[in-house]
Amino acid sequence: MSTLAQKKGFGATLWDYLTTVDHKKIAILYLIAGGFFFLLGGLEAMFIRIQLAVPNNDFVSAGLYNEILTMHGTTMIFLAAMPLIFAFMNAVMPLQIGARDVAFPFLNSLGFWLFFFGGVFLNLSWFLGGAPDAGWTSYASLSIASEGHGIDFYALGLQISGAGTLIGGINFLVTIINMRAPGMTYMRMPMFTWATFVTSALILFAFPALTVGLFLLIFDRMFGSNFFDPAMGGNTIIWEHFFWIFGHPEVYILVLPAFGIFSEIFAIFSRKRLFGYSSMVFATVLIGFLGFMVWAHHMFTTGMGPIANAIFAVATMAIAVPTGIKIFNWLFTMWGGSITFTTPMLWAVAFIPSFVAGGVTGVMLASAAQDYQYHDSYFVVAHFHYVIVGGVVFALFAGAHLYWPKMFGTMLNEFLGKITFVLFFIGFHLTFFIQHFLGLWGMPRRIFTFLPGQGLETANFVSTVGAFFMAAAVIVLLINVVITTVKNEKVGNDPWGDGRTLEWAIPSPPPFYNFKQLPLVRGLDAYWLEKMEGKQGMSPAEPLGDIHMPNNSFIPFVISFGLFVAAFGAMYRADYSWGIPVLIVGMLITLGSMFVRSIKDDHGYHIHKEDLEDNNDKGVKA
Amino acid sequence: MKRLAKWRLFSLFAVMALVLSACSGKPYLSTLNPAGEVAQTQYDLMVLSTAIMVGVIAVVTVIFFIVVFKFRRKDDRIPKQVEGSHKLEIIWTVIPILLLLILAVPTVSATFKLADVSEMEKKNEEGKTDALVVNVRANLYWWEFEYPNQEIITGQELVVPTDQKVYFNLIASDVKHSFWIPAVGGKLDTNTDNVNKFWLKFDGEKADEADNLFYGKCAELCGPSHALMDFKVKAVPSDEFDQWVTAMQEVKEPQQAETDLAQAGQEVFNNSCIGCHAVTPANTAPEAARLAPNLTNFGDRERIAGILDHTEEDLKNWLRDPETYKPGNKMTGTYGELTEEQLDALSEYLMGLKVMEQ
Amino acid sequence: MAAEQKMTYETWPASPEKQTLEAKNKFLGFWFFLGGETVLFASLFATYLALKDKVPSSDMALAKDLFEIPLAFMMTMLLLTSSLTSVYAMYHMKNFNFKKMQLWLGITVLLGLGFLGLEIYEFNHYVHEFHHSFTSSAFGSAFYTLVGFHGGHVAFGLLWITTLMIRNSKRGLSLYNAPKFYVASLYWHFIDVVWVFIFTVVYLMGMVG
Repeated sequence: MSTLAQKKGFGATLWDYLTTVDHKKIAILYLIAGGFFFLLGGLEAMFIRIQLAVPNNDFVSAGLYNEILTMHGTTMIFLAAMPLIFAFMNAVMPLQIGARDVAFPFLNSLGFWLFFFGGVFLNLSWFLGGAPDAGWTSYASLSIASEGHGIDFYALGLQISGAGTLIGGINFLVTIINMRAPGMTYMRMPMFTWATFVTSALILFAFPALTVGLFLLIFDRMFGSNFFDPAMGGNTIIWEHFFWIFGHPEVYILVLPAFGIFSEIFAIFSRKRLFGYSSMVFATVLIGFLGFMVWAHHMFTTGMGPIANAIFAVATMAIAVPTGIKIFNWLFTMWGGSITFTTPMLWAVAFIPSFVAGGVTGVMLASAAQDYQYHDSYFVVAHFHYVIVGGVVFALFAGAHLYWPKMFGTMLNEFLGKITFVLFFIGFHLTFFIQHFLGLWGMPRRIFTFLPGQGLETANFVSTVGAFFMAAAVIVLLINVVITTVKNEKVGNDPWGDGRTLEWAIPSPPPFYNFKQLPLVRGLDAYWLEKMEGKQGMSPAEPLGDIHMPNNSFIPFVISFGLFVAAFGAMYRADYSWGIPVLIVGMLITLGSMFVRSIKDDHGYHIHKEDLEDNNDKGVKA
Repeated sequence: MKRLAKWRLFSLFAVMALVLSACSGKPYLSTLNPAGEVAQTQYDLMVLSTAIMVGVIAVVTVIFFIVVFKFRRKDDRIPKQVEGSHKLEIIWTVIPILLLLILAVPTVSATFKLADVSEMEKKNEEGKTDALVVNVRANLYWWEFEYPNQEIITGQELVVPTDQKVYFNLIASDVKHSFWIPAVGGKLDTNTDNVNKFWLKFDGEKADEADNLFYGKCAELCGPSHALMDFKVKAVPSDEFDQWVTAMQEVKEPQQAETDLAQAGQEVFNNSCIGCHAVTPANTAPEAARLAPNLTNFGDRERIAGILDHTEEDLKNWLRDPETYKPGNKMTGTYGELTEEQLDALSEYLMGLKVMEQ
Repeated sequence: MAAEQKMTYETWPASPEKQTLEAKNKFLGFWFFLGGETVLFASLFATYLALKDKVPSSDMALAKDLFEIPLAFMMTMLLLTSSLTSVYAMYHMKNFNFKKMQLWLGITVLLGLGFLGLEIYEFNHYVHEFHHSFTSSAFGSAFYTLVGFHGGHVAFGLLWITTLMIRNSKRGLSLYNAPKFYVASLYWHFIDVVWVFIFTVVYLMGMVG
């Protein structure tokens, strides 16, 4: 990717990325891996829409369809949206707070490799007897009854990648608390950093619930326990609770960083500071907090009784208030501003009506008595795609265009970017708007086909047409990426010209130590403040000195690989005699490499002051 | 510019009107054609919340378009950096709260109303309820409907009287399903762990519009044929319902086939099918032994296996290869290969299983 | 202050566990990790409470038949004492007294081993005397998962502390390893607190009925 890498040859570059602990390189790894899984999930989505284009279609069989829909959801949430968000968090957040790296560079790398091996493990199911087929929610009675190893792949794969996510969350929390540059108080942090902060807290408290749920599932399926077997005293509703205690905060884990990216974009391209910054911070924290109080609104039809349903209904509606605050703050950020419609801004502007549509259907779904009609129908499918695509995916596209120059030092083509936008925007609304009505007309979700004569033909066909628009948009984006990478026209510190926060004050891509001298932050939008006073860059907060850097390490890869191996052992334990030995070997690899990490001192190294003076803003290797 | 905006608005409304008229779906399936008190309550809530939400969207849209058109970059000036406005922020915090309260009150009241099953607890001297109760048992991929007061069982096709509350006990015997009759009311899950209870009311007039036949769906992913786990609801006036109950109750012994062909079919049935399918409606066998839909009134039903047209040809196709029509069903491979003669006989027999005089 | 610098009693700071940025990060990060662990155990407790005494047939042993105060009390005392000894160890760490720290950590490990031994005996006892196993009922699954997860944490903690003791036995305290010892002892306290809840919720409440 970088000029440095090209000089080094492929093997050396590969080794560099396998062992890197640099947050910027890990961001690129997340972007590539997440992007790959996004394409995979997109392909699965296309299969779904092709199958549903006409009634009684036999493009894919019933069982295969269930595998595809399960993998589409699971892949998109866990292996595409989250890693892509992590890519931007890694790439941008440390720069935004003026830090040289994250708090735990080693764990950062470990988090990535855990996610990666978990994702690979999950997707290997396609080649090893069939993918999971109980939906991304994997409700217990069906997931226990499901034959083959599909669900085992799901449970073990998510367990591994979930551990990576949890580690990432802790890492970001500590980074933001401990490593802000001088003067970067909490209330001067950019919105994206705030979103990262709250999201990380959500990850920390939400993922353990999933961990426990998955353990129970693993134990039931592979080790003979009886958590979800009513005949043995078990109870399947426990899974539903755990899944949603995790699953609902997960929605905000995805969407808060998206809000953060849009907050940056609105301010940059309106040339105006974020309207109501403190209420935006407050709203973000409140959404994060309320996100934990409402999980059972996914279970209104489970039979919890009217009291629980009413409480969760009202609590859920309350979330609309902070979300509304945000929408109006964004609108008023643009009000009176000087707006340019760059590609990121187009996504941001289009996000507002799209997300509002998803938000209002969210309020309708929150109203328990109505929800009995919407639940598990295509109305819900439409709703969460409006929120997750209209909110999160739009933000990922916007963020990719916005931060591409900062990550790779070159700009994505604006013209192609706008084509991507137009195609995707049309396709998105064409696909999902009509699905609200499909649901209201009585089409349940997760059905592999529908019968003629129920009034569902036209709308389903329209929806499929829309999906092709989205696919075309993604292809244009890929072409854009290739062209951009080949041309590789270098850009300066602030390629958009209106950058406001610290990341735009340093070169694109930044040197591996980010800041030669930590910057002094004098207010919100620190770089903008300096620019308005006619200065070229940030004032340093410290004299030029040695910089302490962490060493690269291959151990994170090995730890993750050990769990990957162990997962195969656990899964095939009952089928083959080699199961147990493989499980043990895998655990030994993991524990052994952890042991090595523990007993081997790793003090890192220093870049010396003199080297920094010699090389002005160029990549320095100590 | 103004005229253009007006024209846009007009065409927008024209399109909306067109869309809305085509928007209500099929009377036997759509939630937008409420055919009973529950669906009506839910529909009213939908309308209320949609109205509120359209209001919100309108406000956002107006601001949105003003912003996007008025504040495009024209020159290189730096706009005034506004920190915020307490007055505005209070407005857009308080108004949404009020709007949500307007929605929350009817939501809570409807939630309690729809969950009121106290009638199911009131037992008369015989230990039965005065209210009509149906026990629904969901299975991969068929439905059993038991009328405990009437002591009859049927499958795949629920028969109910119109214009009176019908109470349901819901449970699943294998994996979780969900019981949904979209036109008549929102769904409730059939759990494997516990019985869920709720009620529905089937509107007589609306039932007429729907030819007395509503479509029911499974709304929880349950396996390959989840999409095909349909059932039908025959909603008939209460005297007709009573006739049906009486007719069902009169079947004490399996009906004897009349024609030769049908008798041959009955023999096939007794050899191959009766282990799972009962042809008497009494609920004497324990649940675990009721492995397949009760076929007492098979000939009266509107669909085969919940999805196929009710013709002999479809029946034979189904019997020949159920796997093609319902992948993953539990019937495939349980009764060996049937010859064409056996199929002819069997379908003749099954089609003759009627309790209602035509 | 560089982490690898050789220290003396005089130069040893008041809170050696948070002198460098790495140490501060480790300290804070570990607290967050314990926050996540709390949710994990809370979930396991919830599962246990939901499935407590849920057995397929009425002749199977329930909580009130299984648990005995003396054994659970002994385990509790062992673990509580080990928490106290690890406090002594950290006291000596702060006073730059490496030998005494090692001694008290050693006692902590022995107490932990004693606890683990009793737990293994206990599980064995339930399986053989009462046929109460991981697979015998939902109650069994929930019980062994909750208490077993805790036991696994104890085992991991013992391995961790022992590794630290052996690794640093020759080279004494530094600002590099002080936070490592500190965090390990924090982990040990956490395990102890979880046990207090297990003792209350599983054993005491189990015997009441």
